[in-house]
Amino acid sequence: MGKKTPEINSSSTADMAFLLLCFFMMTTTMDQDKGLQRRLPPMPDPNQKAQDQKVNRRNIIVVKINSADRLLAGTEPMHVSLLKDKIKEFLSNPYNDPNLPEKEEKEIEGFGTYAVSKGVISLQNDRGTSYQAYIAVQNELVKAVNELRDEFAIANFGKLYLKCNEDEQKIVREAIPQNISEAEPKDVSKK
Amino acid sequence: MSKFKQSEKRTVPQPPSGSLSDIVFMLLFFFMVTTTMRETESKVQLRLPEASEIAKLERKDLTSYINIGTPTRNLQSQFGTDSRIQLNDSFKTVDEIRDFIAAERDAMSEADRSFMTVALKVDENTRMGIVTDVKQELRKCSALKIMYTARKPADK
Repeated sequence: MGKKTPEINSSSTADMAFLLLCFFMMTTTMDQDKGLQRRLPPMPDPNQKAQDQKVNRRNIIVVKINSADRLLAGTEPMHVSLLKDKIKEFLSNPYNDPNLPEKEEKEIEGFGTYAVSKGVISLQNDRGTSYQAYIAVQNELVKAVNELRDEFAIANFGKLYLKCNEDEQKIVREAIPQNISEAEPKDVSKK
Repeated sequence: MSKFKQSEKRTVPQPPSGSLSDIVFMLLFFFMVTTTMRETESKVQLRLPEASEIAKLERKDLTSYINIGTPTRNLQSQFGTDSRIQLNDSFKTVDEIRDFIAAERDAMSEADRSFMTVALKVDENTRMGIVTDVKQELRKCSALKIMYTARKPADK
């Protein structure tokens, strides 16, 4: 019989693993970045002549924020908290008001025709606007669209937009588009 | 007599600790897999604005970060208190964004380039002027997918 090899004392492996564990627990970042996603419009081609985008007056609502973070929606000054309802009314146009955006019957794949609003929200800000106010307004705009999408999804699929499956979400997105244009920078404060 | 002897022997047996290390190793591997090392240190004071309608960032590996804000306290003597742009690990000017985006693009695989997102981490007290400049520059580089990083409101 050969010599018995002594067993290695393994009671401290747990301690070593704990040390490593503590290190990784400290350095790990579990928080995911969250935020508002946007698509910027592509830069206009300098060789191409600026096309007049024929957008009907009634189809556009201009939201302006000045350097004192005051808000102008359409023609009236407004508080941020009232903006959402204004935008919702603008986008849905429930009574077919001639001053609110027109709707276009559109064939949506897998759903049928639906009167899609042609409304566009144009957001303009001043160089002196604070970022906080800008995000607050952006958030209200997104909230208005999201609520309309939820209403549409509940009316047609019986559940919230986020609970719908991918195909249904696509239909909802097509029926209620998120048309927010961040215009070319302009000096709003100029008189 | 025998009764007393029995009670002396009754001691609680030591729980087996042999599998302790296995359990800890399992935890360790979990954290090692999920961890992402913080690549850059923020050199600006960042207090993100609040927004309720926020969506999660889908692909973290396809995201480039641009920090905008006033330099942190210990850097203020050197860089002043004006809002500045931080790319990677240093303060840069608006014109250097172009190179930054190009470098980030090169680091990605061909197929992923169209999904590149630029996350703007901007302090809530920043003026929009500098943000607008950055946005214009991003449009020129055709990095059109952007995200305004925000945090959830505290009360909820």
